[in-house]
Amino acid sequence: MTAVPGVKDLPATSEKSKAASQGRSFWGRFGIHIVLVILMVIWLLPTIGLFVNSFRDAQSINASGWWTALFPPKNLTLDNYATVLAGQNPSIVDGFVNSLFITIPATIIPIFIAAFAAYAFAWMDFPFRNGLFVIVVGLLVVPLQTTFIPILQTYGQLHIAGEFLSVWLAHTAYGLPFAIFLLRNFMGGLPKEVFESAYIDGASSVTAFFRLALPMSVPAIAALAIFQFLFVWNDLLVAFVYIGATRPENLPMTVQINNLVNQFGGGWELLAPAAFISMALPLVVFFSLQRYFVRGITGGAVKG
Amino acid sequence: MDPRLGTALLVLVGIPAIIVGYIYGTELVLRLVPDRRRSLVRPWLWLLPALLFLFVFLVWPTVLTIARSFQGQLAGTFVGLDNYVWFFTSSDALISLRNSLMWVVLLTLFTVGLGLVIAVLVDRVRYESVAKSVIFVPLAISMTAAAVIWRFMFDYQSPGHAQTGTLNGILGVFGLGPVSFLQVDTLGLNTVFLILVMTWMWTGFAMVILSAALKGISAELLEAARVDGATEWQVFRRIVFPLLLPTVAVVSTTVVITALKAFDIVWVMTGGNFDTDVVASQMIKESFNFNQFGRGSALAVILLIAIIPVMVVNINRFRAQEAIR
Repeated sequence: MTAVPGVKDLPATSEKSKAASQGRSFWGRFGIHIVLVILMVIWLLPTIGLFVNSFRDAQSINASGWWTALFPPKNLTLDNYATVLAGQNPSIVDGFVNSLFITIPATIIPIFIAAFAAYAFAWMDFPFRNGLFVIVVGLLVVPLQTTFIPILQTYGQLHIAGEFLSVWLAHTAYGLPFAIFLLRNFMGGLPKEVFESAYIDGASSVTAFFRLALPMSVPAIAALAIFQFLFVWNDLLVAFVYIGATRPENLPMTVQINNLVNQFGGGWELLAPAAFISMALPLVVFFSLQRYFVRGITGGAVKG
Repeated sequence: MDPRLGTALLVLVGIPAIIVGYIYGTELVLRLVPDRRRSLVRPWLWLLPALLFLFVFLVWPTVLTIARSFQGQLAGTFVGLDNYVWFFTSSDALISLRNSLMWVVLLTLFTVGLGLVIAVLVDRVRYESVAKSVIFVPLAISMTAAAVIWRFMFDYQSPGHAQTGTLNGILGVFGLGPVSFLQVDTLGLNTVFLILVMTWMWTGFAMVILSAALKGISAELLEAARVDGATEWQVFRRIVFPLLLPTVAVVSTTVVITALKAFDIVWVMTGGNFDTDVVASQMIKESFNFNQFGRGSALAVILLIAIIPVMVVNINRFRAQEAIR
């Protein structure tokens, strides 16, 4: 809990129930810690390897394992980071800003549009509702590569190829099936009574949506926001196809990192620092949205 | 001032304004509709933006793909079912179908199983957010970087040389190996190693969603059960798990589809060599390396057909959810 400021201010229910379950048996608690610590080590090990190698030159990386450079530390250097940050045309800083420009709208737009659709699927009655929903979710399986050519033709006619708008629209569409799936499932599980009493009080669908459905779905929306942010932030293919050579100054960081590696041939030693620079923001987003995953936000919103 | 800042402000205020304005607008439009028709028209207005996007970007291209799968290497030459016959009679088909099946079963089992275990366990410790972040880190890593990370893990040098791969380094400590992980094709073992890479990346996904659902279960309910003398295992088995089931279904469906589509790990790590090809990687190969768009399209259609059983399960689930509320 220490890493996220603000979490402490939230309702104490989670802390209380934790204390209660921790009071159970010493060996049960011990087992939980062992399992978690082992999993954490396994999950961190690959990334630590990359992290250590990001401070080594290409020759040492190929000559010996990363762990040999640790005890005692030897031949560690910041050169790789310097090379990556100093790269020009386009610079990694421009790429970072472009990634932000692409990612923020491409996260906000689909969440809103999906929330409308999910609400309709969950709480409105209309013919072909389940059939239509299954088609929407089934679209998750469409390989994105099959959509590029027809969409590029459309973009060509509309003259928006290369603009940020082209990737916003594409990422919105690609993100919708999962977003609708997740939100419909969550909203469908909300208690019926809340909506019924709201309608009896004369609330419109719009009011019920913004006052009840949306606030009660906050944990699901936070999870969705994280994933849509990540998919777009780490996307290489979509940006490459729709922005590509038309407006290279609009390319996101992922494409530039990829170019960087090709440009220097091999370039493993440059990819490592670049990967860490690109990871930083998603991790900050994850940390800052974690406060919404605390027990007590939805629980208690509905009584009777 | 950077002109992009102006655009940014416009976008951040303008886009939400347009979207929220649209949904308030629907109520105005509905006033023009006779009273008894309103509840019939309203859902379609709420769905309209999503359906428009989906039609243009996903449905229409898919229709074109299906049509293309009945044509030969040149567009416009109708070849009937030839592309499908080609795939099911080719020698690679059996292997890529087997591998795709392994991906679907093992990846779903690993990520959902581990995600569930972690979500439940971290709920009981004080370092919850740290533990979750650690499991989440691989999701924040781009595909290119993940491929490099795992090259460092699986790396193999012939015996006698200093090992540079982490796993072979560990094996060496016990006097074992070295093993060339990605080339052991007995029992599709190298495919399992590739699936482990994807498991490492996607367990965080399952964990975040399951954990969010877990937080939605009221603490009072669990406390009540504990006060009544239920053991921790009974609380999980009889209360927590049934309440999490809809979310487990959502996560499993998503992971099954991800497994079917997964080609980038195969592509980057083995290029489909050593019998590691999957249907999705063959699709990319046929379309973009061999210029066989007809065959590639047929493979895409096979992926579409493969999810029908999963979708049937989902329909039944939603019917059940509606029946009980």
